Amino acid sequence: MNTNNHYDVIVIGAGPAGLTAGIYLSRARLKTLIVNEGTVGGQMILTHEIANYPGVESISGYQLSSIMKKQATTFGCDIKANTSITKLKLQGDTKSITLDDGMSYTSNAIILSPGGRSRTLHVFGESKFKGRGISYCATCDGDFFTDKEIMVVGGGNSALEEAVSLTKYASKVTIIHQFDHFQAFDHAIEEARQHPKINFIMNSSITAFYGKEKLESVDIRDLKNDTITNFKTDGVFIFIGYVPNTEFLKGKIVLNEWNEIVVNPDMNTDLRGVYAAGDSVAKRYRQITTAIADGTIAALAASDYVHQLKTRNKQLIAN
Amino acid sequence: MLYTNLKHIENAADHAKAISQNENVMVICGRMGPMCIPVYGIAEELEKDYEHVKFFDMEFDNPESHVIRDIPEVRGFMGIPFTIYYKNGKVVKATSSIQTKQQVKTILDEYLTVSVNA
Repeated sequence: MNTNNHYDVIVIGAGPAGLTAGIYLSRARLKTLIVNEGTVGGQMILTHEIANYPGVESISGYQLSSIMKKQATTFGCDIKANTSITKLKLQGDTKSITLDDGMSYTSNAIILSPGGRSRTLHVFGESKFKGRGISYCATCDGDFFTDKEIMVVGGGNSALEEAVSLTKYASKVTIIHQFDHFQAFDHAIEEARQHPKINFIMNSSITAFYGKEKLESVDIRDLKNDTITNFKTDGVFIFIGYVPNTEFLKGKIVLNEWNEIVVNPDMNTDLRGVYAAGDSVAKRYRQITTAIADGTIAALAASDYVHQLKTRNKQLIAN
Repeated sequence: MLYTNLKHIENAADHAKAISQNENVMVICGRMGPMCIPVYGIAEELEKDYEHVKFFDMEFDNPESHVIRDIPEVRGFMGIPFTIYYKNGKVVKATSSIQTKQQVKTILDEYLTVSVNA
């Protein structure tokens, strides 16, 4: 074991859960490494304005994640962002990870906080027209669709709220949803239903995207009659929820049927010394505040575990 | 105002200077939004590994960004950031919307290579 590359705790993921764990662990003088596949902040940076974070009237997700990152590094936490894990060993007293630059690191405990990502449709033409008519962010790209006819895919709060917000730009918004009812809150459904620019295609899903330089039309399957119709459109916004980033954990720890990590109240997975926190954990509510709570609990539990492990090892050496 | 650690291009003159005085240039033209911030972060990470490439950002809503918004290579783009890659002052590649680190590296390795003098 290379002591330079050995940490007390490695945290996988640098969203609010992972950064909070990093703050708590490094402040407790535990040598801590956070590794993150994307940019530090996770999905928190997707939020333009956070107005319900207690103690802070209003802050952007980018600013909040920058502050959290600074707190963690100020306490001594190492952070490696925009990297991916090529090998992962969670069993035993010494855990290990190898990153895409070939460097390997070991630790006594691991906290898994890989978060989630926007779900995509995975249909023909989707990747080709991303940024050329297909978007996953209304606030980013809405103004490209001024006076154009667009579609919004989804039936949850995000889909309906963003559909209403897109009416500021688009001349017509058609919501496509695979069921005959919406999953959103009643007030969001009501607002969308009463909006004169919004109409609905229910029990339907997009099966293909077509165009030349940019998106021009979509195939929509009527799921009741199993018929496909081609519709002209200038743009499609997709809001169909999130999927946990847990593919790399399959077969290594217990996941539930939705591939979320199963934990106990101490955020411990089924493996000793392996904890989990944030949006990838099996739970009902996913907020920045709940991720931070998870990260705190996981850090305290991991800290306790590392302390016990070190005490036990010292006793073994003494005997 | 873009709150990044990249060098900022403020106007068309800056842009002309950047692409004429550097062989390999990447310019990310965007806002402080969810599709743009990850690309700025990737560029910041890659700066140390790609010393032969100069990385810049430019504010999409700055009227001077017409030097990027009006080029033929971005026709059909409907998602920010617009990321433009220049070799010897010429556009060699352009992408729309968020990209992964691997996608950016693939473009840098293919289009913005180090020149070898004979």
